[in-house]
Amino acid sequence: MRFDINKIRDEFPILKRKVNGYPFVYLDNAATSQKPKAVIDSIVNYYSNYNSNIHRGIHTVSQEATDAYENARHIIQTHFNIKHSHEIIFTSGTTHSINLVANGFENLLNHEDEILISGLEHHSNIVPWQMMCQKNKAQIKVIPMNENGELNFSIFEKLLSKKTKLVFVTHISNALGTINPIKEIIQKAHEVGAVVLVDGAQACSHFKTDLQELNADFYTTSAHKLCGPTGIGMLYGKEEWLKKMPPYQGGGEMISNVTFEKTTYAELPHKFEAGTPNIVGAIGFGEAINYLNKIGFDNIKNHESNLLKYATKKLKMIPNIKIYGDYIDKTSVISFNIGEIHSYDIGAILDKFGIAVRTGQHCAQPIMDYFKISGTVRVSFSFYNTIEEIDYLHKSLLRAVSMLS
Amino acid sequence: MTIKEIQNEIVEEFSLFEDWKQRYEYIIELGKSIELINPNYKTDSNLIKGCQSKLWLHAELSRGKIIYTADSEGIITKGIAAILIRAFSNQAPLDIINSDVKFIDEIGLKEHLSPTRANGLISMIRQLKYYALAFSKKE
Repeated sequence: MRFDINKIRDEFPILKRKVNGYPFVYLDNAATSQKPKAVIDSIVNYYSNYNSNIHRGIHTVSQEATDAYENARHIIQTHFNIKHSHEIIFTSGTTHSINLVANGFENLLNHEDEILISGLEHHSNIVPWQMMCQKNKAQIKVIPMNENGELNFSIFEKLLSKKTKLVFVTHISNALGTINPIKEIIQKAHEVGAVVLVDGAQACSHFKTDLQELNADFYTTSAHKLCGPTGIGMLYGKEEWLKKMPPYQGGGEMISNVTFEKTTYAELPHKFEAGTPNIVGAIGFGEAINYLNKIGFDNIKNHESNLLKYATKKLKMIPNIKIYGDYIDKTSVISFNIGEIHSYDIGAILDKFGIAVRTGQHCAQPIMDYFKISGTVRVSFSFYNTIEEIDYLHKSLLRAVSMLS
Repeated sequence: MTIKEIQNEIVEEFSLFEDWKQRYEYIIELGKSIELINPNYKTDSNLIKGCQSKLWLHAELSRGKIIYTADSEGIITKGIAAILIRAFSNQAPLDIINSDVKFIDEIGLKEHLSPTRANGLISMIRQLKYYALAFSKKE
């Protein structure tokens, strides 16, 4: 398919609105993505035409809803090249997925075990493990990053030992956009017998990942980062690990037989999908993946890389700008500060110009501590952004600087 | 001047501006002239929660009136703090407790009053009033 930016932008209703009297320029894509009409329509269509509870119903509409829900699982399976569809658990998103795994490993680890976490992690990726370690007394070790915002691979190798049972690493850093060498990390971790969970929340909107080839034990993502709805995500887990982990929450759907004495849990994936799931979310998630594949990940990558190159060149023309994580293999994210101006001030002025960016710590305080800064301005581009928007960003930044200096 | 009179004066000044750029430029200007907090008081316990740019607020009682001082890493937050200090500083605790902040809305900064905004304006107003309440009990 030919990449026609105007046609693509037409498919996103929100891009037509104005903010504070200016055309809306959305550059906060790493926080969440905007939704194309196809995804919005799939949600409206579900509620308008076949809303029903799933799996238990004997009636026609319940069967239609069940089929659509399971079809979404199938779309995800194909997209990520996952071996079995029951290795896909629908969760409310990445944070839920990580908590599910941390809970599952609570009784599988003890005080002699160690887990490694990358120094580029989002808060949500740190807290569940701290909570787990409070209970099973396993030790957390942190893989530090270097000044370019990359993981220090040689220290990672030194930290790995027979004691290492789990490695948690983000595919891409949300604050800097760094692409971690996941494949090498997984290989090294497997050599000592450790299990690897990869947080793919920032990765899945930018490129396609083959999970069998990657050989991660667990992989998670949130639909809202890749043009899907909020409140839905997936946890991929290898069958052997999902079978070893106890259920996370009790409720309907996750049981096969209940008496007051004993409950037999349902087979995968239902063991981990207690209660009525987010049916419409899953349907929207599947639709979003179909939509992105229709545009083509090669096209997406190509356009985003052009935007990143152009924006980096343009922003570097601003006096006293400092870009963090500049010379690295990264996605279309630029994290920066200008002189002594506080990131919040820049964000507030850009907002008045109709430009949405993220300011502050980006839920990644360890990274900010490393650079000894209180925060950054982060602009993150998606395939629906344009060169003209970057020109407007540049112009608005210059005006913000002149107002704030 | 009473708090109300000062607030009316601020509203009048802001009414001269034609657009948000002029308003913000003025806020930034005011930030530069803020009653600066003594650096000794720039402690964690004086930090106002909910600000993306750190904001410190201090209060002391002098001859029955509260003197507020503040500082912030961010110039817009500092400007907003300067406006609040101008409106409430050097007033009696009871007068501060009984005053309102409708003027913030009238000077076109309503958006900053939303509790979800990361500028901590709401927290700052609350803290100004807490100090007034605490001092009113001491008197």
